[in-house]
Amino acid sequence: MRFHKTAAAAAAVLALAATAACGGKEGSAGDKPKDQTDEKALPTYDIAKDAKVDSPVWERAHKRGKIVIGAKADQPYLGFQDQSTKKYSGFDIEIAKMIAADLGFSAKQIEWKTVDSGARETAVAKGDVDLMIGTYTINDERKKQIDFAGPYYHAGASLLVRKDEKAVTGPETVKGKKVCSIVGSTPLQVIKQPKYGAKVTELSKYSECVSQVLDGQVDAVTTDDAILMGYAAQNPGKLKVVGKPFSDEPYGVGMKKGDDALQKAVADAIKAHQDNGDYKKAFEATIGKSGSKFKTPPQLTEK
Amino acid sequence: MNVLLDNLALFREGFLGTLYLTAVSAVLALVLGVVIAGFRVSPVPPLRIFGTLWVTLLRNTPLTLLFLVAFFVVPKVLFPGVNSFLLAVCACGFYTSAFVAEAVRSGINTVPMGQAEAARAIGMTFTQTMRIVVLPQATRTVVPPLSSIFIALTKNTAIAGAFDNVDLFNVQKTLSNDGYEIAWIFLWITIGYLVITYAINGLFRLLENRLEVAR
Amino acid sequence: MSASVLFDAPGPRARARNLILSVVGTLAFLGLFFWIGIRLNDKGQFAGELWDIFNYAGIRENILDALLSTLKVFAMAGVLSLVFAVILCVARLSDHKPIRWVATVFIDLFRSIPLLITIYALWVGIVGDFTPMWALVVGLTVYNGCVQAEVLRAGINAVPKGQAEAAYALGLRKTQVNASILFPQAVRSMLPTIISQLVVTLKDTSLGFMVLYPELLYSARLIANNTPVGGVYPIVQTVIVFGAIYIALCLALAWLANWIEQRGRKSKAGITPAAGAKELKEVAAAGTADLAAAAPAGTADIRKE
Repeated sequence: MRFHKTAAAAAAVLALAATAACGGKEGSAGDKPKDQTDEKALPTYDIAKDAKVDSPVWERAHKRGKIVIGAKADQPYLGFQDQSTKKYSGFDIEIAKMIAADLGFSAKQIEWKTVDSGARETAVAKGDVDLMIGTYTINDERKKQIDFAGPYYHAGASLLVRKDEKAVTGPETVKGKKVCSIVGSTPLQVIKQPKYGAKVTELSKYSECVSQVLDGQVDAVTTDDAILMGYAAQNPGKLKVVGKPFSDEPYGVGMKKGDDALQKAVADAIKAHQDNGDYKKAFEATIGKSGSKFKTPPQLTEK
Repeated sequence: MNVLLDNLALFREGFLGTLYLTAVSAVLALVLGVVIAGFRVSPVPPLRIFGTLWVTLLRNTPLTLLFLVAFFVVPKVLFPGVNSFLLAVCACGFYTSAFVAEAVRSGINTVPMGQAEAARAIGMTFTQTMRIVVLPQATRTVVPPLSSIFIALTKNTAIAGAFDNVDLFNVQKTLSNDGYEIAWIFLWITIGYLVITYAINGLFRLLENRLEVAR
Repeated sequence: MSASVLFDAPGPRARARNLILSVVGTLAFLGLFFWIGIRLNDKGQFAGELWDIFNYAGIRENILDALLSTLKVFAMAGVLSLVFAVILCVARLSDHKPIRWVATVFIDLFRSIPLLITIYALWVGIVGDFTPMWALVVGLTVYNGCVQAEVLRAGINAVPKGQAEAAYALGLRKTQVNASILFPQAVRSMLPTIISQLVVTLKDTSLGFMVLYPELLYSARLIANNTPVGGVYPIVQTVIVFGAIYIALCLALAWLANWIEQRGRKSKAGITPAAGAKELKEVAAAGTADLAAAAPAGTADIRKE
């Protein structure tokens, strides 16, 4: 008899789940991510008609008519996916669209894939994604496994704290404080050093760190300032970014190792859009809105 | 080879982290599991309902979801500022306790009815029957399943690595970020886990043998 | 032994005590729930806006997609792990020592490695090249196959020896003995354990978050982190909704198992003691008839050898 009851309950819930598909309110749930990007100010990119890159990755993408781009989904203003419309938005997303356009793919021909920080090298090296564009810092360890094109933006590690936080004002003041970041991230390694002496909390997503700092579980979140500004802007009146940047984080586009033609094509695309003003427009329409100031883009070193 | 030697301190820390988390959660799971099993066979209906609810809820929820509850709901709503080791122990311990409770309950079911009847006949209360007659005999049949439950627990602690706990699995993330050959990292981590699980296996086999002799 | 054997029918004092305990227990649980409820309310977690996100078609579709991809992996891994389990179990009980040995080592090894590591290793490409989905399916199959194989072996060992001996005496081959005598009985007696391992398989699909497979829990985390309402992240709400989905799925599976088991029992009504002596005689007669038919074949075999 007991099982009849549980079965009935289970059936009810499943029925609920099943009806889920049909009906319901249209549009995006929660705080409007529309505030994050100024759709009207976004530049439009001309699709290169007869693009031809002598690269196996490009050939494959061209054949299937789609380019697979890895992106972050939980970084407002940079790489963010609205969970009700499944649409991605942000600065990294715009950079991806620019590059794709020059490689001959329209925005509709981009297949987005959410890739978390810890899985980026593997996803690129294995070919699960053709390009990885998601606050991806160029460094020597990573260069052993994959290649980069860029940098297209220069960020630096900073600290995100609660609005009413007085004690933490920069990296010098975190001694004994709890600082959260994702497993194995560079700023975390830095702030762990005796010079700064923070107690670290390691989670797998930045957004989870943000939720912990809001709950008072940790005192600060550390990672690149561009990411932190986004979270601060998403939680106005609750969070703020403090301190001067204490590390160099040049963002690049990740791709399979040894594909020189693709690397050059991507670097050229970045350069071209920086020169024609698309880059600045995209910046102002996305992370510019979170309070990040426009800087002249860094010199391309990986090309 | 040198992945291990270069990062011996890190591996040691991870190994001890996993060991420590497993041991503490195992104790919590064992105590809670026996109590919940007691609830499930007790004469007091609310306790029985609670026991059933506990087991049903915890056995049918993925551990990762429990970790989400422990790390993002409990501090937010109930107890702010709990340290992450305690939260991980609670998640692993509560989850495992449901399995322990089921094992103990089926162990109780294998004790011949006459034993409990005889205990009642000489005037023992429920608590006495359980403590002096039923549970000691149930132990024998409960030991083998407990062994696999605790091995499963050891492996489940790997999930804690994604939630701010130093453990073996986390070592992999840190090291692969440093650019070491991933196959070697995995080999050493696997060996670390095998050491713990085989130790548990051996321990329980010893226990089984001793109980066998006591019969 | 049912619970009632453990305690006497309560007398007046015991009844009073049980009543007090019942009341205290009920109050304690209600208190606990009430307290959690109050805390949730204090933090504004019951605010309609926070729950409203599940009214959006987009979010619902999102959940449904995730649910389907979870179920897809579960269906594949469930079936494949059972097939794999049978193979492993047969190997484990093989007459050839090397095969037995390989199977034993394989089972012991993969039962001891955290599934998370197996899946991750498959995906990273230490052995072979798998897409996230196949890494998850293969990982789940290998691990659960090993566990199910041991369950089956325990079931086979629990079948009285006489059964197999009788079957051999009738001249059945090893495969026939396994397929028609041992496995059916093992599966029937181990069905509850097999199903609870399937429930574990279902729950373990949630490890897909490691290899970027968009299953239920992965989408839960994204919804919780990406859909703030008035600056509050709907973590409590998502956990409750997704927890309910998982529990419902697992209970449905358990219910299915129970239903199958009961059907199995009904179809074998002849065995229950309620069956009259006449039926028993019929069964016995049928049995001897079978025996008679089988015997010459058996003896023929023996003679040949």
